[in-house]
Amino acid sequence: MKHNKSRLFKLIDMVYICMMVLPVVAGILLKVLTAPPAEGIQITGARIFCRIPMPLQDLLITEAQINSWLVMISIFGLCLYITHGLTTKNISKRQHLAEWIVTTVEKLVSGNMGEYFKGFAPFITAILALSAFSSLLSLVGLYPPTSDLNVVGGWAILVFILITYYKAKCGPLQYMKSFAEPVPFLAPLNIISEVATPLSMAFRHYGNVLSGTVISVLIATGLQGLSRLLLGWIPVLGELSLLQIGLPAILSIYFDVFSGCLQAYIFAMLTMMYVAGGFPLDLYLQRKQKKHKKQLSGGNV
Amino acid sequence: MLELAIGIILGGCALGAGTAMIAGIGPGIGEGNAVAKACEAIGRQPESKGDVTSTMLMGCAIAETTGLYALVIAILLIFVAPNLLVNILLKAIG
Repeated sequence: MKHNKSRLFKLIDMVYICMMVLPVVAGILLKVLTAPPAEGIQITGARIFCRIPMPLQDLLITEAQINSWLVMISIFGLCLYITHGLTTKNISKRQHLAEWIVTTVEKLVSGNMGEYFKGFAPFITAILALSAFSSLLSLVGLYPPTSDLNVVGGWAILVFILITYYKAKCGPLQYMKSFAEPVPFLAPLNIISEVATPLSMAFRHYGNVLSGTVISVLIATGLQGLSRLLLGWIPVLGELSLLQIGLPAILSIYFDVFSGCLQAYIFAMLTMMYVAGGFPLDLYLQRKQKKHKKQLSGGNV
Repeated sequence: MLELAIGIILGGCALGAGTAMIAGIGPGIGEGNAVAKACEAIGRQPESKGDVTSTMLMGCAIAETTGLYALVIAILLIFVAPNLLVNILLKAIG
């Protein structure tokens, strides 16, 4: 049986779909209107739109920031769309999708981080969605925000703060002691590895996406030159670079789709592993129990 | 003289970037080993394919890190360093 949707329901659906699609269209329009004409090989960073003067350093509004905001709005629209009209009977397709996402991520999180960190599922989903959609933005020809070190570096710093928070949850003394773990003599190395965690996370994600972009541009340009060399003698066809049609798309499947989604998965996985691995759960539970007992006995006296 | 100095800077940056990417050998061998072992494991226990694959991808990503450090250094040497070094040179000459 198909339940009839009211006109208002459909109208709100349309608004959500517009919210999903319009940011991408706006990004393409912005790029088409403001991009300088490209000639030859062009591998540049994000273009700077404007500078806002700040006390220490100018705040730059770049393409990466604008694109990541567009992606955020788009994901927001998607979330609103698939959770619109939740029911308990006659479940629609989009509700199936929403339920599948929620159950999958919850299973992933509780499998990798343990039951204590079950509340991390929304955060991990957010990282996954933002990272994957940011990398996939290069499919429509926009600048993927993940190929800017600043964007990914921001996420890595966020994860670093989380790791440190959970490490220091058993008191600052315990946190200091964790650096002198096997022997106190190794403390400098432990500090270096602590700092290297966010650095390597940021470099891994950004390097993978950026290297894909660089290789795609190099191969597209190389194919253009090759087709001019091989087919240049044909009067009309020589002008079009025939070899450029289709071949770069095959590479794009690997570099944009597979690599982008894989990096999103790996970033989320590493976040889970580092946060759960750095937290001394047994010690924390022991301390909590002790505190609880103390409170109880204090209350009795 | 100035042209020679700038030429040396550009050449040094290009050589440095090329040399840095020798580091690509390491992750290549490492990831090859990881994938070979994963194939063996799947061959022995086909039912654990999903787990083995996801763990392998994870390990590959971590093994790739050194190669990506080299890539970042190479990118810095090609796109950032020449400008910086030439500016330093021009400032030193005055």
